[in-house]
Amino acid sequence: MTAVHLGMPKAQRPTLPTAPAGVGNLRGDRPFPAAARDALRDGQLRANLGAATTTIRGKRAGVVAEVPDWAQLREAGRAIKAATMARLDEHLEELERQVTARGGTVHWARDATEANAIVTALVRATGADEVVKVKSMATQEIGLNEALEAAGITALETDLAELIVQLGEDRPSHILVPAIHRNRAEIREIFARTIPGVDPGLTDDPRRLAMAARTHLRERFLRARVAVSGANFAVAETGTLAVVESEGNGRMCLTLPQTLITVMGIEKLVPTWRDLEVFLQLLPRSSTGERMNPYTSLWAGVTPGDGPQEFHLVLLDNGRTAVLADEVGREALHCIRCSACLNVCPVYERAGGHAYGSVYPGPIGAVLSPQLTGMSGDENDPNASLPYASTLCGACYDVCPVAIDIPSMLVHLRGEHVEAQQRTTPEAAAFRALARVMSHPRLWRLAQRAAGLGRFLARGRPTLPAALPPPASAWTRARDLPTPPRETFTQAWAREHGA
Amino acid sequence: MRVALFATCLVDTLVPQVARATATLLQRLGHDVVVPAGQSCCGQMHVNTGYRREAVPIVANHVRAFAGADVVVAPSGSCVASIRHQQAAVARRAGEHGLAEEAQALAARTYELSQFLVDVLGVTDVGASYPHRVTYHPTCHSLRLLRVGDRPLQLLRAVRGLELVELPRAESCCGFGGTFAVKNADTSTAMLTDKMADVLATRAEVCTAGDASCLLHIGGGLSRLRSGTRTVHLAEILASTDAPPGQFRASAPGRSAELHGGGAR
Ligand code: SF4
Repeated sequence: MTAVHLGMPKAQRPTLPTAPAGVGNLRGDRPFPAAARDALRDGQLRANLGAATTTIRGKRAGVVAEVPDWAQLREAGRAIKAATMARLDEHLEELERQVTARGGTVHWARDATEANAIVTALVRATGADEVVKVKSMATQEIGLNEALEAAGITALETDLAELIVQLGEDRPSHILVPAIHRNRAEIREIFARTIPGVDPGLTDDPRRLAMAARTHLRERFLRARVAVSGANFAVAETGTLAVVESEGNGRMCLTLPQTLITVMGIEKLVPTWRDLEVFLQLLPRSSTGERMNPYTSLWAGVTPGDGPQEFHLVLLDNGRTAVLADEVGREALHCIRCSACLNVCPVYERAGGHAYGSVYPGPIGAVLSPQLTGMSGDENDPNASLPYASTLCGACYDVCPVAIDIPSMLVHLRGEHVEAQQRTTPEAAAFRALARVMSHPRLWRLAQRAAGLGRFLARGRPTLPAALPPPASAWTRARDLPTPPRETFTQAWAREHGA
Repeated sequence: MRVALFATCLVDTLVPQVARATATLLQRLGHDVVVPAGQSCCGQMHVNTGYRREAVPIVANHVRAFAGADVVVAPSGSCVASIRHQQAAVARRAGEHGLAEEAQALAARTYELSQFLVDVLGVTDVGASYPHRVTYHPTCHSLRLLRVGDRPLQLLRAVRGLELVELPRAESCCGFGGTFAVKNADTSTAMLTDKMADVLATRAEVCTAGDASCLLHIGGGLSRLRSGTRTVHLAEILASTDAPPGQFRASAPGRSAELHGGGAR
């Protein structure tokens, strides 16, 4: 960790509000192991995910390897984020001053409920009953589409993958490629079923599919009066917002409508214009495996006669301040949502994004979601299962463009979860007993001898029976366990060397 | 050199022949091996499952047990990684600053076997002989926390008679992850299945690695499949010679040593 002194000792730390329950999409309804079990049974899903992640991993590795100073860039990215978080309050106020000076309006939203109410009121004030949307994680996090729908306003996703998810009445499973769990044939089926007036002879040729979506969207861009976006970055010193994308659909939304509403997590800002230089190099190579993304849109406030004439920036907390208060966990706020960690994660590759329950899946989701919502001591709290959804293999840390040490954070959150438990679980009792034994050599030798009793179960066979009682059954369902030896190494050594 | 051997709790209890092989190897290279009797565990399983407070006395015991050692060697990448990256932090968090300092000093004198051989002793040819077709799985903690790189491969290439075959997708995790294998048993098994498929695709007789825990996982799966391919720790391969019986012999494929258990039958 860097020397940032925001964290107070636990006892004095006020409990900061976390993301409220019942609104938005940060929690699933089942713990990870149960949700993953279902996903693992879906052979098509595993094939789609395996193919997609393997391709993108290779692309990323190739374009990262060609940057000679990648390690320095990555360290610069990490350092800028750490320094920004240390003075986040000041930078946010500067951003507000700059956006306001350039004709925009800044709104502060404590949580998802407030943010949804602000955006709904702003759309209503324009008289529109339809908005076009730029792909945005923040608006998914707060469940904005659902909130707008409840107010009679239709939100149209314009990112191709988001459109597939929306038309399929599905949930996104990846932060960059929300429809990664779908293949071409499935997408063709969704389009043929849901797009009005689509060519009945539509094939699963990617180009034909893209053209069908394009025709469908064009008409909506031209009639839209309000657009809603997220932001990849905001520059405090100039009040500039930035959206990077591949398709140009975002650019349409950001320039054609009269009113633009941007919802942004408070951690997305960088202090100076120059800082963008670092992140605009790190992000595309890490996310899509491209040297540069096709579209980078930058805007500050409003420009008379050019683009939207009304601009609103909604700054969203929704648990972020609580994350910032945790000295170890706050690093999760450095994330630039490139999704490289998802693409290399062996657990994500098998279980898929939906198993994480939250809009933030994969390694970063496993550390971010439970911090934003807080973890209850309850064993069945779905988000409390997320820090355990990792083998701690470290692949995520290696690829993260801002060097977030996700494995260490996972271990930290496991500790926080265990320490928050109100009653002694059987697991805790077992670990406490084991700790006592392991810290007293004499007790440890006795326990090891007891393990040797497992030989009775084996009755001379080289492995123990396949049907051991729980929790050992979780191991022996798929793997053999060798029969414990007659004597441990340390015992044998002591005997031979007369200790 | 006087080398203190940290067997690690898992090796000592379940696969003692790995610790024996480590001792035999170091002795053959002319070193004086000691096995401190007070040793038990590095505390990794507790820390990684969330019991970092409970891990503190385990760390204290480890530091006590190895207090007099000039250099400590363990046949386990993940235990050495925990000693290097977790022990001091856990002690510090608990306010045990003296212990943290001692742990940190001990960590600096603690080595994973392949790093010790290549970096400290400067040997790659340890005089071993192992006439089998072998593939190597670079376990995650050796690979990404300790950065052992190709040291194990350098050692294996110098073993007489050994045919080294490359493991496809070698760097993907086998799915063990300590308590992950139990808490997320289904996902762990899915990862294991893919790892086993890659191992079997090499048509190797033996899959080796520097971590007994991952090998127990992979070997347990291969044994359940009755695949005929088995797991043997790197230390066992490096310890084996063609000297007549009575000397150390690693458990060879097909001749399932009783102690090793995961035999292919
Ligand atoms: S944690 Fe790092 S690798 Fe993962 S999405 Fe965020 S920036 Fe990318």
